[in-house]
Amino acid sequence: MPANRFNGQTSYGIGIGLRVPHYSHILSKKPVVDWFEIISENFMVEGGRPLALLDQILEQYRVVQHGVSMYFGSADRPDRTHLRRLKGLARRTKTPWLSDHLCWGSVDGTYTHDLLPMPYTFAAARRTAEKIRQVRDYVEVPVCVENVSSYVEFHASEMTEWEFLTEVVELADCGILLDVNNIYVSSKNHGFDPYDYVNNIPHHRVGQMHVAGHTKFEKYILDTHDHPVLDPVWKLYAHATRLCGVTATLLEWDDKIPSFDEVHNEALKANEFIDGAKRAAV
Amino acid sequence: MKPPPRHAPRRIASTSDLRKFQRMMAAAVLRPLTADDRLQPLWIDGRPMETVAAEFVKPNDRLTSVERLQLYNRMYWFRLFDAIRDDCPGLVSALGDRAFDRLAQAYLERCPSRSFTLRDLCSRLERFIRENPRLTAPRTALAAEIARFEWAQTVAFDGEAREVMAAAHLASAPPARLRLGLQPYVTLLDLRYPVDTYLIRVKRRDALRSEASNTPVEAAFHRPARRAALPRPARTLVAVHRLNDRLFYKRLDPAAFRILSALARGETLSRAVVAGGPAATPGRVRRWFKVWMALGWFCAPGNKSGARAS
Repeated sequence: MPANRFNGQTSYGIGIGLRVPHYSHILSKKPVVDWFEIISENFMVEGGRPLALLDQILEQYRVVQHGVSMYFGSADRPDRTHLRRLKGLARRTKTPWLSDHLCWGSVDGTYTHDLLPMPYTFAAARRTAEKIRQVRDYVEVPVCVENVSSYVEFHASEMTEWEFLTEVVELADCGILLDVNNIYVSSKNHGFDPYDYVNNIPHHRVGQMHVAGHTKFEKYILDTHDHPVLDPVWKLYAHATRLCGVTATLLEWDDKIPSFDEVHNEALKANEFIDGAKRAAV
Repeated sequence: MKPPPRHAPRRIASTSDLRKFQRMMAAAVLRPLTADDRLQPLWIDGRPMETVAAEFVKPNDRLTSVERLQLYNRMYWFRLFDAIRDDCPGLVSALGDRAFDRLAQAYLERCPSRSFTLRDLCSRLERFIRENPRLTAPRTALAAEIARFEWAQTVAFDGEAREVMAAAHLASAPPARLRLGLQPYVTLLDLRYPVDTYLIRVKRRDALRSEASNTPVEAAFHRPARRAALPRPARTLVAVHRLNDRLFYKRLDPAAFRILSALARGETLSRAVVAGGPAATPGRVRRWFKVWMALGWFCAPGNKSGARAS
């Protein structure tokens, strides 16, 4: 599904996250990058250097917005200021789609600034889908929701995570940002087969994919975004690409960030798996 | 946040159930860590944490319910401590690690984030310090002023810039009727300590946040403070502002400060100049205004979020 209504009918290739340590390299060397993903909240400000830098980037590159605090799964209503600023930023960047996480993180207006996992219930799915629709209708840009990595499971859950994701995106009629690293991390933490997850989601709704590195501890895995992508995650990515088609793909690298070239070269490894998926499809 | 229910709902069949569940989980995540960075052994009502966690969190073959919940509890505190340290290098330096951590913990317990962005985390810190002097004694006055200054830097970094008032308008309008607003990103500070020069000595964060991973790094939470010699009291009048998207501090003459403060309060230009006092001679006032205009500080009046004198 290289272009679909969930990613604004675009056929973006491989992108990387726009990160502070790379700003001067990007602005001075102007490397060829298909697109950058920005963290929306970093630019949902009223002025100053963040927006000036963003405008310089927008002169040269395509940008897609990725949010970290809309909290589609929170019982709270969407924050009006947040929505207004998100819409303003979307107009500035002309993002063809925007994404945020299938999670919650605030209650009664208090924010945890974390991506907390949902209880996988039908009522929670209905509420989450309703908020996704509200955001999409207000911002007037297609929305993709991203599966998060998680470290807890709840007794109240009534279905698997991939069933919950499917329920939400079908009710909301929105896209999926499929983070294969998050699937892998959660599969190890919760003991499910990550291929079951990838096999059983609506592939036609996948508008973007994420890959990233993680860190293994004795009893669990943390989604740290501070390493190259590990082989099992690339294999899962290749499998997802075979099922979903070649999809806009982004490498996340957010801590212990190496040089721009190292990050970009790591992202471009996705081409090997995309080519493999194309060959398999012939 | 409203108090959590006594028990997490067993079934989540409505938005109301979801809200109760989220209050329960959030209360656990926001619960202060023990001295060795663990989830507290007792819940709010005195029951063992194991009992409460097991009511809504499943264990697995490697971790108990409490251990799984604790991962989120620790990440919350590590993340917010990291953010507050990033925003307050001067305060960390002035108080030292232990006192700063005590202050940060008390502040975050009493004033958890109410904004979708961590950028706003320290907006209430100065007031909190003044209302809880024992946390920073005997340096409360200095700590409050540093917190105020560091928040002014945040405002100067990414605050709104309004259309600059044209020099022609300023020259042609009658001073008795002309009112000027100060740009929202400009903060005027009347300080008992030279916090500006102190912060120059402490390495200042001047960058953007860009993290997307939801996993903070423990090492950052425990990193030692950078210390600088504390300033001696000396009245300091300063504007924290930006120029060409870079932060600047501009020392102000007392008469100039009074004029700018009067303009920020909404006084007319002629009244503001009178507020400057006898030191505001016509020649000096002309020179000051020439500089302030060049800096782009004036805009149309009437902004609520605009510059404040304090």
